[in-house]
Amino acid sequence: MADTPQHSIIHLDEANFQKTLDESSMPVMVDFYADWCGPCKMAAPVLEKLATEMKDTLVIAKVNTDEAGTLAQQFGIMSIPTVIVFQKKDGKMVEVDRKIGFPGEEGYRHMINEVISAEAPAA
Amino acid sequence: MQKTRVAIIGSGPTGYTAGIYTGRASLEPLLFAGQKSGGQLMLTTDIENFPGFANGKNGPELMIEMRQQAERFGAKIIDQFVYAVDFSARPFKLWTHLPATANPEVLEKGTPEEFAQMREALRAEPHDVEADSVVVAVGAKSKMLDVPGESQFVGRGVSTCAVCDAAFYRGKRTLVVGGGDAAMEDTLALTKFADSVVVLVRGEKMRASKIMQDRVLAHPKVTVMFQTTIKEVKGEAAVKQVVLINTSTQAEQIMEMDGVFVAIGHMPATGIFEGQLELDTHGFILTRQSISAAGVAMAQAAIDESGKVAFPSMTSVEGVFAGGDAVDIRYWQAITAAGQGCAAAIDAERWLEER
Repeated sequence: MADTPQHSIIHLDEANFQKTLDESSMPVMVDFYADWCGPCKMAAPVLEKLATEMKDTLVIAKVNTDEAGTLAQQFGIMSIPTVIVFQKKDGKMVEVDRKIGFPGEEGYRHMINEVISAEAPAA
Repeated sequence: MQKTRVAIIGSGPTGYTAGIYTGRASLEPLLFAGQKSGGQLMLTTDIENFPGFANGKNGPELMIEMRQQAERFGAKIIDQFVYAVDFSARPFKLWTHLPATANPEVLEKGTPEEFAQMREALRAEPHDVEADSVVVAVGAKSKMLDVPGESQFVGRGVSTCAVCDAAFYRGKRTLVVGGGDAAMEDTLALTKFADSVVVLVRGEKMRASKIMQDRVLAHPKVTVMFQTTIKEVKGEAAVKQVVLINTSTQAEQIMEMDGVFVAIGHMPATGIFEGQLELDTHGFILTRQSISAAGVAMAQAAIDESGKVAFPSMTSVEGVFAGGDAVDIRYWQAITAAGQGCAAAIDAERWLEER
């Protein structure tokens, strides 16, 4: 697994979650994970890579479910990794897609492309 | 297009061990790890029975180190799936891309029709890899119950990985289906968080090892129900109830439940080899080492002039070798899988030398 820059993914917690989403002009993809989860370990480098590659079209963020249990509960996370994509609809950030379990790099790309292509006509 | 002397398909203990051995033999193997490298041990916590780790070893860490060990000896690891193969002629052909229109999760979640369609579409396209020999180490995946409600609630109360998801069931009622070691591990993982864990065992006793059974049976949060299986999973946004059925009396009962953990075993992930390699009726790959009548017959037919079975890990196709959970119909251990990966690598190396 090649080293990728660590700064492209932002870490969210209860304090900055809503603010970050509200202020983002791009869709936000949030990875709910924990340090003890094997599939999350596989997903992490893939998401790092996508975050760097897609930094002009999409924000990728992480929520540690052990540290931000309230957020995990708020979004009904019962299995990790769970990735949720939020997108602005009528000025409000809403959930538009959710993937439970690690679908592999192509699975995440597929998910992102669907969101971006939905975004395109408006831009 | 890439060419290689050995292509290894799979990245569990079998694949990585084959990578270490063929790497050290200077064969510069290409190892296709899939997009979810590491295999089933990535879904575990501590491995207590892998020799050499007196105090246990974290499963995902063990796999990451095996991967680094294979890389150290020159295995080139590619995090892609192999979606189709052509073993009808040498060099063998492998496809590692998907047709543009295919569902990216077709390997795991596609219907048999989608899968067959994908395979046919690929064969019409140029292949990605040519290999003189192949080591198949694709392993196995979780079996599902196939009852109403199950697939609908995956990730919303139905899970195949208790060690991954147990922490979300703090103070909840949970159920584990299965009586093997994996089910016992799941049960113990859940007891750390859940209020209660009901274990459903289909038969009159559990298949799990004595030490694991004892730990489960002694746990105050656990209730084991024998001769019981699940008929339906019910809920709204998440699981709320399960319908249980007694396998001897057929009596049904409804139980309020928040989480259902399926641990009824595994099936070989050999779909891409249908029509390419001889498989048994459950999809396990046959080799000269298979402990079935068909395997013994293959071994008989392969006895050489010195009275020994030539290339024991060879499949029905000369030059294609296999080991691990895709072949093994009995042991299913990390250490036996690693051993079989070693055997397949040595057989592949000798076979290549003799040609």
